[in-house]
Amino acid sequence: MRKFFLIAVPYAWLLALFLIPFFIVLKISLSDVALARPPYVPQFSWDDGIMAFLRDLDFENFVFLTEDSLYWKAYLSSVSIAGLSTILTLTIGYPLAYGMARAPEEWRATLMMLIILPFWTSFLIRVYAWMGILSQEGLLNQFLMWTGLISEPLMILNTPTAVYIGIVYTYLPFMVLPIYSALDRMDGSLIEAAEDLGCSRLSAFWLVTVPLSRNGIIAGCFLVFIPALGEFVIPSLLGGSGTLMIGKVLWEEFFSNRDWPVASAVAVILLLILVIPIVLFQRNQQDAEEAAK
Amino acid sequence: MNSTVFAPWEDPEKKPLIRFQNVTKKFGTFTAIDNLSLDIYEREFFALLGPSGCGKTTMMRMLAGFETPTSGRIELAGKNIIPVPPNKRATNMMFQSYALFPHLTVWDNIAFGLRREGMEKDKMNARVEEMLRLTRLERFAKRKPHQISGGQRQRVALARSLAKAPTLLLLDEPLGALDAKLRQDTQFELMDIQEKTGTTFVIVTHDQEEAMTVASRIAVMDEGQLIQVATPDRIYETPVSVYVADFIGDVNIIEGKTTLIEDGQYQIDWAEGQMPLHAASSQPFDKGQTCFVAIRPEKVAISAEKPQAADNIVQGKVLDIAYLGNLSTYHVELADGTIIKSQTANTRRIARRSFTWGDTVWLSWTATAGVMLAR
Ligand SMILES: Nc1ncnc2c1ncn2[C@@H]1O[C@H](COP(=O)(O)OP(=O)(O)OP(=O)(O)O)[C@@H](O)[C@H]1O
Ligand SMILES: [Mg+2]
Repeated sequence: MRKFFLIAVPYAWLLALFLIPFFIVLKISLSDVALARPPYVPQFSWDDGIMAFLRDLDFENFVFLTEDSLYWKAYLSSVSIAGLSTILTLTIGYPLAYGMARAPEEWRATLMMLIILPFWTSFLIRVYAWMGILSQEGLLNQFLMWTGLISEPLMILNTPTAVYIGIVYTYLPFMVLPIYSALDRMDGSLIEAAEDLGCSRLSAFWLVTVPLSRNGIIAGCFLVFIPALGEFVIPSLLGGSGTLMIGKVLWEEFFSNRDWPVASAVAVILLLILVIPIVLFQRNQQDAEEAAK
Repeated sequence: MNSTVFAPWEDPEKKPLIRFQNVTKKFGTFTAIDNLSLDIYEREFFALLGPSGCGKTTMMRMLAGFETPTSGRIELAGKNIIPVPPNKRATNMMFQSYALFPHLTVWDNIAFGLRREGMEKDKMNARVEEMLRLTRLERFAKRKPHQISGGQRQRVALARSLAKAPTLLLLDEPLGALDAKLRQDTQFELMDIQEKTGTTFVIVTHDQEEAMTVASRIAVMDEGQLIQVATPDRIYETPVSVYVADFIGDVNIIEGKTTLIEDGQYQIDWAEGQMPLHAASSQPFDKGQTCFVAIRPEKVAISAEKPQAADNIVQGKVLDIAYLGNLSTYHVELADGTIIKSQTANTRRIARRSFTWGDTVWLSWTATAGVMLAR
């Protein structure tokens, strides 16, 4: 009986917070837009019965998504922005995690704290702070002009560059923490053994350190890629009108156009795209756990 | 067997393979190795023995190149190796923790060092197969380290460190994790491999019996210094200090004051109301000098009747008997409270021995049975 409850709790959680909302969204995506409140039909009513209700649902909105090139371009550009951001985050995050894992024991807790510290401030405020840094009159441009490196302020805010900076900044901890935990668990004598057997420092790194932190790298990449793909705040605040990302399209569809059915269809497709990396991620986590046994 | 005994350390012409010259290693203000000099010869099986924290691992790590001495010189085959990084040294180390690469199979672990050398594929395959055969691991070649037993892992670590045919193989407590039986088998296996390959081995161990079994010479260390370096039998028979005598095997230590009788023969006054002891020493002792006589329990005879003639005879009561199967150790308490251990072979059935707990017995030993030590 106790066992049943233990299993029932997470499943009830999943049902209430994921499956039910998903089916509501799915239902809206199959409806038609209408001037009403809420702005779509059909609405379910007990008088007409369930068959009449189901008859009114169709895939019109999904067909529409394939007809307007805006949507697939937005999906594609989201995937490429999220992908490139992931690579950038890995490039910055790996050395950071490596340095932390190699730092003297007594420093590590502090370094870990510094990585986590930004989470104590609101995400929105941090993004606004970046607007202040990256704008034409912002801190970065002022600094570069003061050093004499540039004479004209650079246009960074409202370009894709700002989006990359924003995503890398925001998701860096998600990359650093799993890689750090993999490196921290690694037995230092393995590197010595590799050197003893003829490896240089660099080849010991490629042949031993990197393979042994593989699971951390994969986990970190997914933890950055998955949320970055649907990211909305960063592209809309830092990216300006030039950056096309599906999260932004979704928001506009929902709030500017008030076209809930199309917005829902966009969300359903986004979820389907995300299912692939999420499943891969789960499998990687399972492999990691088995290897650790 | 060869007619000549293997003892290159007695040949002044012979050049040592490894030479430590006044090596000191400090960690901060702590001195781990203290002005230590040592020669190790080719084809030796050299054991470093000592209590925890005495600097054994530090010695090995300096040989492998993971630690740089604070001062002094380390030579390998006549060349100073201190500036040489670990990957350029002709030494290989078998780590205490084995340090097998968890992401590689047994085969790839053994091949790891050969690949770095850029060895040809055919030659490498042959070499790995040879190592697998030597360590009897053929059946496990395709497994990962976490899929084999502790003893097998230890053999993989050995095979991996032997694969490159190093001039010098360093073994840091290689058998620490094994049970007694497997440990003994592996000791003989190690000796066998050492003989077959002709590699020089330096082994670190906590276990004095292990050192006695495998080593050509033993160095007993304490607090970063060498206390004695000698063959196992000399370490056992003629320890240079009470520390060494006590560290290796079981021993009775009797403290007393010396008086010379005639050359090499001393009388030792050691307790009120006890007859003085007699002992021999080639080292000179001053009159009245404090001395420690170390006598191995198996050199002390025990009997129910007073023996006719012996250099030293004392009487006592059996306090305790430690039965070891083939041997028994009797703890005998003398009138003044001193306890002396005597060990004899159990040639008779236990029920038939002529004395037991509480019985009065006589202990006796010859003048040459004990070693006189100044400290
Ligand atoms: N990196 C280090 N920093 C500071 N002190 C160290 C370091 N490595 C070793 N020591 C100290 O040097 C001394 C000798 O250490 P070492 O590891 O050589 O001992 P050991 O003889 O191998 O002991 P054990 O038998 O327990 O393995 C110890 O007191 C140890 O605390
Ligand atoms: Mg050690």
